[in-house]
Amino acid sequence: MAFNHKHLIDITEYSDTDLMTILETAKAFSQVNERAIKKVPTLKGKTIVNMFNEPSTRTRSSFELAEKRLSADTLNFGGSSTSTVKGESLIDTVMTLNSYKIDMIVVRDKHAGAPYMVTQASPVSVIDAGDGKHGHPTQALLDLYSIWERKGSFEGLKVGIVGDIAHSRVCGSLIPALKIMGAEVTVIAPGTLIPAAPEVLGADRVSYCLDDVLPELDVVYMLRIQRERLEGAPFPSLREYHQLFGLTRKRERLMKPDAIVCHPGPINRGVEFDSYMADHPERSVILDQVYAGICVRMAALYLLLGGADNGLAS
Amino acid sequence: MALLLKNAHVVDPSVELDGIVDVLIDGERIARVGENLDAADAEVVDLSGKYLVPGLVDMHVHLREPGFEHKGTIESETRAAARGGFTGVCSMPNTDPVTDNGVTIEYVKSVAAREGHCRVYPSGAMTRGLKGEIISEMGDMVAHGAVAFTDDGRGVQGAGMLRRAMDYGKMFDRVFMSHCQDEDLVGDGQVNEGVASTRLGLLGWPAAGEEIQIARDIAIAELTGAKLHIQHISTARGVELVREAKAKGLPVTCEATPHHMFLTEDAIDGTYDTSLKVNPPLRTAADAQAVVAGVVDGTVDAIVTDHAPHADWEKSREFELAPFGMIGLETSLALVITNLVKTGTIDYGRMVELMAIAPRRILGLDQVSVAEGSVADLTVFDPEASWTVDADALESAARNTGFKGAELTGRATDVFVGGVATLRDGVVC
Repeated sequence: MAFNHKHLIDITEYSDTDLMTILETAKAFSQVNERAIKKVPTLKGKTIVNMFNEPSTRTRSSFELAEKRLSADTLNFGGSSTSTVKGESLIDTVMTLNSYKIDMIVVRDKHAGAPYMVTQASPVSVIDAGDGKHGHPTQALLDLYSIWERKGSFEGLKVGIVGDIAHSRVCGSLIPALKIMGAEVTVIAPGTLIPAAPEVLGADRVSYCLDDVLPELDVVYMLRIQRERLEGAPFPSLREYHQLFGLTRKRERLMKPDAIVCHPGPINRGVEFDSYMADHPERSVILDQVYAGICVRMAALYLLLGGADNGLAS
Repeated sequence: MALLLKNAHVVDPSVELDGIVDVLIDGERIARVGENLDAADAEVVDLSGKYLVPGLVDMHVHLREPGFEHKGTIESETRAAARGGFTGVCSMPNTDPVTDNGVTIEYVKSVAAREGHCRVYPSGAMTRGLKGEIISEMGDMVAHGAVAFTDDGRGVQGAGMLRRAMDYGKMFDRVFMSHCQDEDLVGDGQVNEGVASTRLGLLGWPAAGEEIQIARDIAIAELTGAKLHIQHISTARGVELVREAKAKGLPVTCEATPHHMFLTEDAIDGTYDTSLKVNPPLRTAADAQAVVAGVVDGTVDAIVTDHAPHADWEKSREFELAPFGMIGLETSLALVITNLVKTGTIDYGRMVELMAIAPRRILGLDQVSVAEGSVADLTVFDPEASWTVDADALESAARNTGFKGAELTGRATDVFVGGVATLRDGVVC
């Protein structure tokens, strides 16, 4: 198993083999999470800083649990306590963290490119936990994991991503990751939510009509409509968005019998889908994705920090 | 003492000179031009192998003083100008306080006279405080020496506002220089809208955001009869609009920067190099080619740098937080020689038009020529000097060049301003 990555930032630097290694490692770690004592000594003695420079509850919690279940020492550094609030630059903050003698920085930042800056200011491994509208690689990994569990492989799989593609950091990592794995990706949204050059991310096709595309899809990936970020009103109302792009019980009859529904959370019932689809026992894998998040983050932490003596057998 | 410059290859299309002749400078003017000149008592400088041309003028430079001395000063940035081969620069008015009145014009001039290493031709703001709301005191600024009006850094958003400024200011016979940017369309755009914005997850700055204002400003220039100069043109359609305006005989000119000709949005990668964050943004390869085509066919009148020094700590930030702009004074001549002259795209005569003759013509300055009686503002460069851009070795107070590590050919060696050396053998005086 040759896994030669120090950072997890740009998913396009990973090969299909690398990504499968992560998924398979995540699968192995999944056993740990099913045990009564959910902890292995794998990263004992390692210090990981969760530098969350913008509010995040879910991603940070998921990382924190993954770190703790691997026995790493974790330090949450961020929010209103960050020095950046006091006018310190990101680089100066990171240099301060270096002096704590740490082993990894997990960084969430509202500015694109911040994780790369962290690598320039620190000698340690860096994981991008979401940067601006740019990328969110561990989200892409957990999505891959959830799809892989249900579909078994990616080759030729037809994935439709519906919603705010233009302002989505999830898409910045997920679309390239799906392409690396051999899936076909269609992005579906009104023109105001489609980026200027979706083909750059790897999208094979753009559609403005969910109903046209839905019958072909194996995976329907609904993106969260971020009500708080809808500056400039890219569509007239949530009502109209839901009518045109919402996944509803009525639309289900257009879907393949085995098509699944994903969403990165948190969900807006009545916007991206109705409750019938959100809670659909066969199709919805939304809560599986949350669980997958713990597993793939454990795998990424483990692989990036060297891998040896993984404690899986214990 | 008189100065005899011998054996340089003189290129000056304004007097149809293109060959080896000697130039005798006496006082601030050229006393004689001819072959095998001799002058008793004159200091003789052998310029064999070098070119001598009318002094280069960069008509788009941010000197940062007053107000932003942590980025650069009139002293430090005119030092960079001298090192780059320039005898004069046109300063932009986005200082603090804004250069929108006669007092600030006088301040810039007086500091430049005392500390400068080249001539400084100040431009004044078109609207008070660069706010696009009220016409600035153009008459007062002209009385104190403003050479042009511009709200550079912002486009004047209201068409009616621009029309009033032009209709009022045209009596002063100065050029209106437009930074073309429709703020409603551009918003917080960080890079060209398209490949770069999508790949990097940054807000896009669409080409149309520039082209709409170029078209509008041309229409308003036609309406008012004012002289219009489009700044730092960066898109293919923008060049086409200026070409059409010129074909109609309108008094429209434009300028282009080396970075919009020789860099593209593809240079901005996952390292988010903030020295490549400029306004307007680096565009596509097709746009860059169209700008070069405009340089060749005469649509583009002048090459400028939009020299924009920033402190290291301002640029060492997240891309979205870093300010726009790169420095250019010390690389402009070499980039043009390397990428346009050495490639056969243009000749030295055209280069002199773009970098010396046209800037003076557009700004209404007295022309300088390599001829008896002309003011001795002269630039000497070694066309074969090869060097590598080292940001730390530049004279500018700033380091934000987008051409770090570029291997270039050609460099200024000597510069004379009114007969006085400001650069000798590559050393700023």
